[in-house]
Amino acid sequence: MKPEDGVAVGDPPRLTPARGGAASLVMPAATVAISLVGLGVLWAVAAAVWPSRAFPPPSDVWEVLLRDGASGELAYHLGMTLARVAASFLLAMLVGSVIGVVLGSPRRWVEFFDPWVILFLNIPALVIIVLAYIWFGLNEVAAVGAVAVNKIPNVIVTMREGARALDRRYSEMATIYRFGVLDRLRHVLLPQLQPYLAAASRSGIALIWKIVLVVELLGRSNGVGFQIYLSFQLFDVAAILAYTLAFVAVMLLIELLVVQPFERHATRWRRRNT
Amino acid sequence: MRPVGAGGTLSVDIKEKSFRSAEGVRLTALRGLSFQVPQGEFACLLGPSGCGKTTTLRILLGLDQDFSGSFHLPGEHQDRAVAVFQEPTLLPWRTVEQNVRLGIPKSRRDADLDQLFESLGLTEMRNLFPSELSLGLARRAALARAFASEPAMLFLDEPFASLDEQTADRLRLLLLGVWSARPTTALMVTHNLREALMLSDRIIVLTGRPAHVRGVFVVPMPRRHRDRTEMNELIRTFHLEYPDVG
Repeated sequence: MKPEDGVAVGDPPRLTPARGGAASLVMPAATVAISLVGLGVLWAVAAAVWPSRAFPPPSDVWEVLLRDGASGELAYHLGMTLARVAASFLLAMLVGSVIGVVLGSPRRWVEFFDPWVILFLNIPALVIIVLAYIWFGLNEVAAVGAVAVNKIPNVIVTMREGARALDRRYSEMATIYRFGVLDRLRHVLLPQLQPYLAAASRSGIALIWKIVLVVELLGRSNGVGFQIYLSFQLFDVAAILAYTLAFVAVMLLIELLVVQPFERHATRWRRRNT
Repeated sequence: MRPVGAGGTLSVDIKEKSFRSAEGVRLTALRGLSFQVPQGEFACLLGPSGCGKTTTLRILLGLDQDFSGSFHLPGEHQDRAVAVFQEPTLLPWRTVEQNVRLGIPKSRRDADLDQLFESLGLTEMRNLFPSELSLGLARRAALARAFASEPAMLFLDEPFASLDEQTADRLRLLLLGVWSARPTTALMVTHNLREALMLSDRIIVLTGRPAHVRGVFVVPMPRRHRDRTEMNELIRTFHLEYPDVG
């Protein structure tokens, strides 16, 4: 924790009057920090009042983080999980977007596939994972594929809406000015689909990393899910929490450093209105 | 069907175009619409609202292929026809310059556009997004895109509608300026008689629906002579032939 956050914690009433001034950028960060520190304090107090092996204090979790961090084990398992998340995410977004855009086009025959989408949307993640391992074996392809298949129907539904909302005037303009396939994709189609892609990826990342953990628990011998399963058998709650928090932190960093800057870049033409 | 022949002339011979309404009623928009525009001429399709002018343009642009008849576009390559619509239809997520360059065939895409932007008064706006432009400026950008692609045929669908008369007039002059510098066979759809008389070499007067050609009025005066008094004279001459139009 940075010292300036510490000052702010000791002096919360000053937050309100300062809002909107030069501090308007610092305030949201400070609020988040205070909120998280508050949660940590509450956790520490609760763990002190009701000491139990099933509910370790934050310091125990911190120790596990330091220990596994130093041994490189934390980075290895985080890396494996992250790689699976990335692979299934890309696969799901790619396949789901293509199918979604096709199903969103105003063609008669696409109605034929609507019930399939609803069916897949309602198959529990666990069933797909188990079937994937049975049919394709306990391997990486089955793991990543199962996660992607879980996510694809959501992407299809979102992108189908996006395709239905496409503005025909732009595609007619592209026809008249003879845009090539790549120009059409890059300058006409994708910018219109961007909000839908953003929505699909946002909900996608959140869903996918949770499913990846289940996949790892059921049939992989590394990754955060595997570590949590191991800790569960050893009744090591501190380790479970340590790995969970570490991975949440990684996902937050990705959101802050990759997703948000990208979205700001993609929607810059919209914000200049104001 | 687009038979070749007729060289650089735009020749149109649409036998029939009809729509089926939501209730299944058949509406005939065009019947026996046939006219020609010689190469390098600026022509106007003038007719009452809803008579099928825009439908005609959509057919000539290849956006509507459900019709009977044929047409021939000028130029050796039939693919060099572009259009300026009533709405500028600029891509909102690309800057003015990117929009203009995207309309140019790939091989010439990094052409020097300084002069074109200059003549349309868009030099300062090159890096703005369409949402930052007024309607008049957006229309200019749409004109820039059309001319930048150096088309053999230019279609204009009421490109000055819903602008105040002053802005519209300034834009008409700009259009004439760019057009004279890059002579292109042009066909503009309008229901504004004054505009048609100010801009065109010939006016193709259409009937109400189903539209066909009622007559062709060749404007008997070079454009540079068409000042306010001469315009009133032109309108009078036009009305002698078509008393109920405009």
